[in-house]
Amino acid sequence: MSGRVLFLLGATHQRTPLEVREKLALAGEAAEAMRADLRGLPGLAEFVVLNTCNRVEFYGVGAGAETVEAVERAFCTRQRFDLEEFRSFRLRLTGCEAVQHLLEVAGGLDSQMLGETEIFGQVKAAYAEAQSRGFAGPVLHRVFQKAFQAAKAVRTETAITSGQVSVASVAVELALDIYGALEPARVLLLGAGEIGEKTARAFLSRGAGRLDVASRHIERAAQLAEGLGAAALALDRAVARLGEYDIVVCCTASPVAVLHVAEVERVMEARASRPLLLVDMAMPRDVEGQVGDLPGVYLYNLDDLARIADENSRARCAEVSKARAILQARAETLWEKAQSGLAACA
Amino acid sequence: MHITDRQWLWLAAGFYLAGLVLGTVALVRGRRQSRVAIYGAIALGYLFQTWGLWLRGRATGGCPLGNLFELFQCTAWSATTLYLVVGTRFRLSVLGYFSACLAAVMTLLSLGVPAWDATRSARLFGGNPWVEVHAGLALFSYGVFGLLALTSLLYLLRDRSLKSKRLGGWCSFLPSLVELDHIGGRLLTTGVSLLGAALAVAWIYWGDEGAHVGYAKVLATTGVGLAYALMLGARKRGRLSGVRFAHLSLVLFVLALATLWLVDRSRTAEVPAEKGGVEQR
Repeated sequence: MSGRVLFLLGATHQRTPLEVREKLALAGEAAEAMRADLRGLPGLAEFVVLNTCNRVEFYGVGAGAETVEAVERAFCTRQRFDLEEFRSFRLRLTGCEAVQHLLEVAGGLDSQMLGETEIFGQVKAAYAEAQSRGFAGPVLHRVFQKAFQAAKAVRTETAITSGQVSVASVAVELALDIYGALEPARVLLLGAGEIGEKTARAFLSRGAGRLDVASRHIERAAQLAEGLGAAALALDRAVARLGEYDIVVCCTASPVAVLHVAEVERVMEARASRPLLLVDMAMPRDVEGQVGDLPGVYLYNLDDLARIADENSRARCAEVSKARAILQARAETLWEKAQSGLAACA
Repeated sequence: MHITDRQWLWLAAGFYLAGLVLGTVALVRGRRQSRVAIYGAIALGYLFQTWGLWLRGRATGGCPLGNLFELFQCTAWSATTLYLVVGTRFRLSVLGYFSACLAAVMTLLSLGVPAWDATRSARLFGGNPWVEVHAGLALFSYGVFGLLALTSLLYLLRDRSLKSKRLGGWCSFLPSLVELDHIGGRLLTTGVSLLGAALAVAWIYWGDEGAHVGYAKVLATTGVGLAYALMLGARKRGRLSGVRFAHLSLVLFVLALATLWLVDRSRTAEVPAEKGGVEQR
């Protein structure tokens, strides 16, 4: 019989197409049923199930290669998925490689959106679930705790998570650069389109104090406002009350500009040192270009936001090798220590 | 080992310079500045500067404000005092960098021009403690205005980065525009209050000894106080945009520094001079 093995088995966005991931996802009660299957699996001493929209992964400590295969069979049986087909997509790693993979997942290096931090919370939640129910033992405890530390180190020591990489998040980041905090800020959404809605949601998720939605068709504004927990008003009225807002997100379908230099200039005269952020996501543009030259007005259009997102994305990519080197060194050290834990379990 | 007050002040300037170098290296490498390292360098510099100025004050029997060298040293000391309080409260590591810059420039400049410390006014305060209070308050307000100028510089840099849409690099470490504007407003109120109090003390308690006060000095200090007070009034009435406020803060601080020279010149005519470069006695 071979010795204890630390393994990772799973399917991730790197190798598995979306339509296959949909079939493999442990949705609803399937996750709980899968855990029950694994708990009763002979030779499987510890396990953690990480199930997100981009990956289904099983981290475990088993009696040997046969245990990993048993997990594989149990998963395919549960998902009614062909075992041979799964083997063509699946990622199967053991030992130091498995540790390195976990560290890279927790650090956001393996994410579809490089450097995103949501995965860190998902890995933590998966581990907490396993630990609270007694599925994770001393080996996985050490490995996961060290993985969390490594992920934090990578965030601190590299710029892998710095800068936003989506247009909506860049707009929010800009607002934070201007206002510091969004709680006291008043946001106006001009237009009820999809991109405007996404940006409005991004502002709300970062704590924007008040949001109003304005559209030429008040019923559309009201419909969107209801979903966002905002107030609705007619476009003309909103433009007349422009001075009350700190951030204006423009995404109307108007063929001509909605905000002109003269009216914004008049608004700014009454605002003294209070700045105004105009995010123009409309095509054709909703705000006259010269508005951006006014003191205290910060005007960003779709191209500006996309360029910043692209620069941030490239800056993150440039940090990958540095981040990977940090994680590799940590994974090797951790694996050395984890081996003694595995030996003790055997 | 005997260390003179000037040597302590050189040591202080060295630490301020170290803070400046540390910050510059971090900026050039595009990294976030180490708050602990910069704050530590400034704090050590401040400690040595305080000790050096205390030695000089003890030797001269009062606030060391007897020549241009001492005026620059005390202004830098005041600005640093305030940074050590304000910088921690607002978690402004970039302000630390600029404070180190201001302190290093002012202290090194004053130490580097021996003529500024060649002579100093003797019996400066005429034995009247209120005159000393006036001088101390006025100098401290200049330190506050120095910090206001730094905050304004940060505001202008932030404004420029937002306007030019270049947000990466070291600009990403700057505080938000609104935060900088709020800090600037509070610093201006504090500075005007301190200078107002200093001028009030001067008018009340120094009035009797007015014979010794030069017109140039009265005009210069009152002019500076009035200019800052007008700026505060305009800001309170919403007449100043953020950028104008920042520009004015910078211009007025340069003018305020220039008045120190005027104050020093007018004083040398008022009171007898003694040999400067006072060493630990």
